[in-house]
Parts: sequence; C-alpha cells; structure tokens
Amino acid sequence: MKELVIISGKGGTGKTSITAALSGLAENHIIVDCDVDAADMHLILHPKIEKTVEFYSGKQAEINLELCKKCGRCIEVCKFDAVRDDFIPKQKWFSEGGKPEFFETSAISENSITNSQPTCYKIDEIKCEGCGACYFNCPHQAIKFEQVKSGEWFESNTRFGKLIHAKLGIAEENSGKLVSEIRNHARLVAHKNNNDLIIVDGSPGIGCPVIASISGAHLVLIVTEPTMSGIHDAQRVYELTKHFKIPASVCINKYDINLELAAKMEIFCKENNIPVLGKIPYSKEFTEAMIKGLTVVENISESEVSQKIKSMWNKINTRIK
Amino acid sequence: MKIAVASGKGGTGKSTVSTNFAYLLSKTFKDICLLDCDVEEPNCHIFLKPNFNKAEKVYISIPKINQEKCVKCGKCSEVCQFNALAFIKDKVIKFPELCHGCGSCSLACPVNAIEDDKREIGDLEQGIGHGIDFIHGILRIGEAMSPPLIKAVKKASAFKETGIQIIDCPPGTSCPAIAAVYGADYVFMVTEPTPFGLYDLNLAVDVIRKLGLPFGIIINRSGENDKLIEDYAADENIEILTKVPDMREIAECYSRGELILKTLPKYTEFFNPLLEVVRKKK
Repeated sequence: MKELVIISGKGGTGKTSITAALSGLAENHIIVDCDVDAADMHLILHPKIEKTVEFYSGKQAEINLELCKKCGRCIEVCKFDAVRDDFIPKQKWFSEGGKPEFFETSAISENSITNSQPTCYKIDEIKCEGCGACYFNCPHQAIKFEQVKSGEWFESNTRFGKLIHAKLGIAEENSGKLVSEIRNHARLVAHKNNNDLIIVDGSPGIGCPVIASISGAHLVLIVTEPTMSGIHDAQRVYELTKHFKIPASVCINKYDINLELAAKMEIFCKENNIPVLGKIPYSKEFTEAMIKGLTVVENISESEVSQKIKSMWNKINTRIK
Repeated sequence: MKIAVASGKGGTGKSTVSTNFAYLLSKTFKDICLLDCDVEEPNCHIFLKPNFNKAEKVYISIPKINQEKCVKCGKCSEVCQFNALAFIKDKVIKFPELCHGCGSCSLACPVNAIEDDKREIGDLEQGIGHGIDFIHGILRIGEAMSPPLIKAVKKASAFKETGIQIIDCPPGTSCPAIAAVYGADYVFMVTEPTPFGLYDLNLAVDVIRKLGLPFGIIINRSGENDKLIEDYAADENIEILTKVPDMREIAECYSRGELILKTLPKYTEFFNPLLEVVRKKK
C-alpha cells in the first residue's frame, strides 16, 4: 500500500482541485483530506458520511471561582499569558447550562455593572495551550483540567471510493494531531479493503499539519504556480520534504501565466533532481467544475487541462508503484 | 490601530491586500507598519522589497535533564501534556521537537534537575520598504510550531498608538491564524468568489466572531460569480468593503512580485474604500 500526498506550500495553487481530479482517475484507492482547518474536498466529492468519530486533542484548564483565592500562582506559571485577573463575574456566575458567565472589564459600561464589583480570575481559552502548569501548581486545587472535544472526523463513501475527512471545531487547535489520527485511520481502512493507494490532500504551509500529512509518505506532489510567491513557497516546502527524506515531485499549475518563471521553476527542479510530472495551463475550467461540484476531468474530459492531468496521473502511477 | 488581513482559504490574496494597502496608507498616513505573520510561507517581502537592517534568531525554551541530579521519579513525564518527555526503563527520554516550552516539567521536578535549554524556531527580520516599517518571521524548516514565532513578530513591532499596523495572517482557522489575528482592532477577510472560497470564508467568519472582532469582506478576483459571496454576506449581515476585479494584468503583475498600485495605479480606486475603515476607526 502506497501513500501519495499533495501539498503546495502556498495556498490557492490548485492543490485540492488537482487532488480531486487524480482521485477520479486512480483505481482501488482511498482519499484523505488532511487540510483539516479549511477542508474543501467534500465540495467536489459529496461524501455520504458512514461513521463520525469525536476528536479530543487535549485538555483545557478552567478556574473554579468558589475555590480560587486569587493568589496569583497560575498567572506566575503560565507561559502563554492565558490567565487574566480582570474579569467581572455575573451575579449568578453559573448559568443554567453550568458554565460560568463573565463580563470583560472593558464591557462594564455596556452592561451597567459598577466598577466596584470585585474582579475574578479567568483562563482565556483561546490563549490556553493546555499544558496544565496552572492546574499542577494551584495551591488550592481550584483549577479543573479536562479533555475537550476539538473536532470530529468522518469515514464516508464517495463516487471515487472511501473518503476520510475531518472538521476542526471553531477556533480549536492541534490540527496536526487530527491529521495524524485520520491518516492512521485511513491506513486501517485501506488495509482492511486491500486498497493499493492512499491519496492525501495536504494543507498549505510547512508547519505542524503539513509535517503530520507527509511523514511516511511514498511520494509527495508539490503543486505550484509560476509566481514569485508560488516558487518561493514551493522551494520551502521542497526543503521540508528533503528534511524528512520523502521523495518529491512537482506539478506546475497555471504554467502559462508567467512562462519565464515557469522555466525558472523547471530549472530549479532539474538542479535538484525533482521530476516535473505535469504542466497544466491556466483555465477557467477549474472554477467552472468547482461550481458544478465536479472534478476538472469529469467536467470536460477531452479538454487540454484534463488531458494534461491524465498524463500526469500516468506518470505518478508508474512512479509510485 | 491594528488591522489583520485574514482568510480561511489560502491563495485568496491576503498578501496582495496587505502589501498594497500598506503602500496606499503610507501615502496619506504616518507610522505604517507591516507584519508578515504567515511565518510558514512569508511572501510580503517579495512585493515590498524592504532593506533589512536587523535580524535575529527566535527560540523557545525547552528542558535539559541534569542526569546527576535526576532521581528518576518520572514526575516530569507525568505532567507533560505534549509527550515531549517519556519515562522509559528508569530513564527520561526527550522529544524536544514536541515541546511547547510550558515549563511544567521543571516546576514538577522535586530536585531541580531540569535546566533551561532552547530550540531555534526561526528567524525574525526587520527593515524598511517604501517608508513602511516591515517585520517578518521565517519558520525554520522542520519546525512544527509557528505560533511562538508569530507572537515574536508581533512583539518585535514598536507599535505607536498613532500609527497603523497591518498584520498579514496565515491561512486556515487554527492556532497560527488565531495567534496572528488576536488583538487586532479590525479584520479584513479576503475571499474569492468560488465554492472553496465561500466555504472557507464561512469557517473563518465563525472564528473571528468567536474572538469578537469587527470585520468586513474583500472579494478578490471579483467577476461573474460574485453572487456566491454577496448572498452569504447579505444573509450574515456582513459588510463587503471592496471588490478587486479578476484581471489578467493584475495576476501577471502579482506573478512578477510587483505592487499592483505601483505598476498599475489605475486600480487604486478598488483599494480606496479600505481607507474609509481606517478613517472611521481612527
């Protein structure tokens, strides 16, 4: 079983559209959408969800105001400035749902509560890294430290085979861990169904979700575009594949928007022994197909773009076998 | 004031808006500062072409175990939430690349056997381009964690209350994007009129709303499919600040790494409405 991962460094180079098209051409494979914080593959593949699994990324700290003595130890140990001491609790600070409610001091005038009301400590859940330093060091055991659900992932059926995809909760973190979890699940599914190939759509950038997407892959396809930014970013993401010793290949999308830079990119690839497996012309077909919810190849199978993608697929297929 | 330029989807034109808007502002206002917080793939310098005059390395602190002092109690690995320390066969094993630098291990160690070490996470460079103060971070290849570097970029800025700071954010909706937009007074949400653009815009709007920040939408590559975004914005009661047309000459200018408003000044009218946001807020 082999794994092909499509990444780009820069966003918006056509990574997802190309991944979707390739997954329509491949046989006996499954698909994983690892761009978990802006997943778009489902807009083309229209998955029927078969299984939903909750994702817990880690713990989050919360202060119990009844026990808190405002000693300041939590503020002292938190390296992420996540504890604030200037919140004003509402009179009944436990609402019906059981969650405490607060006003920010800046909202005092709007909520007509007085300045004289005592402030309290509160952990800013956006800033909290989930390290537990406050929980382990609170002398009054006033801090709760519990697992929080930070998203969910799905196993679905599509017209091209199984799709494993995910949705990160609003403003949640740890997308790298979610990526690892869905890739692991994809391997189990592929193993069970005797699939030969896993096609992975990665996320932009070179950070934690990208590292989690490419680790252990058999081939990475870097989809780039001939712009100064596109080339700059493709080179950085190529360095990342080199760092983790993963074979890389390149697809130059929209190659005809700047032929000079496309040639420069080809020279870079040649110098570094990176095979250029496809050169796709700029085309409105990408947006057209997306609006119809189809892959570019399904939309107009005989177009130049589709032909180029098919020929690229043949090259990938030979290489990864 | 601080204006963050964000988007859920990558490649919608964040850097184009950030650099050209900073360039436009610098013609009318003083003390303009541009922070490129897309530290994984920073691109603003390509367009602004600043002269860099300051560079430094950025580190996060990680633990170093003094084996002579260590009593092998395993408390450090018990408190570590990131699996950066494992206690296997009477020995503490470090996975420094997983460390978030929280310091819990050293607080938990009963014999002070944990000393400070550091891990390089990237570079920070400062300079001036077109009269604009510019700072960017460059994440070290192989480093997974960008938020500490993003925070360092924001901290390095000598922000003047009277000035205007533009923050170019990374794509996505998770920790790096949040670290970048956090603390902004206003957010420009850059999108494109495609189904992917709309879907990711919606995700990003959820995040910005949760953070409680005021924001407006910029439609880039505007054209025949604008209704996709316009209908959404009307339903959600979000203001569309401006639309930048989908023109081949703009794309070509971008591809060469040039400022659109410098090479093609006729497009300034599409950026002018953004000045209103600044005038209203200031």
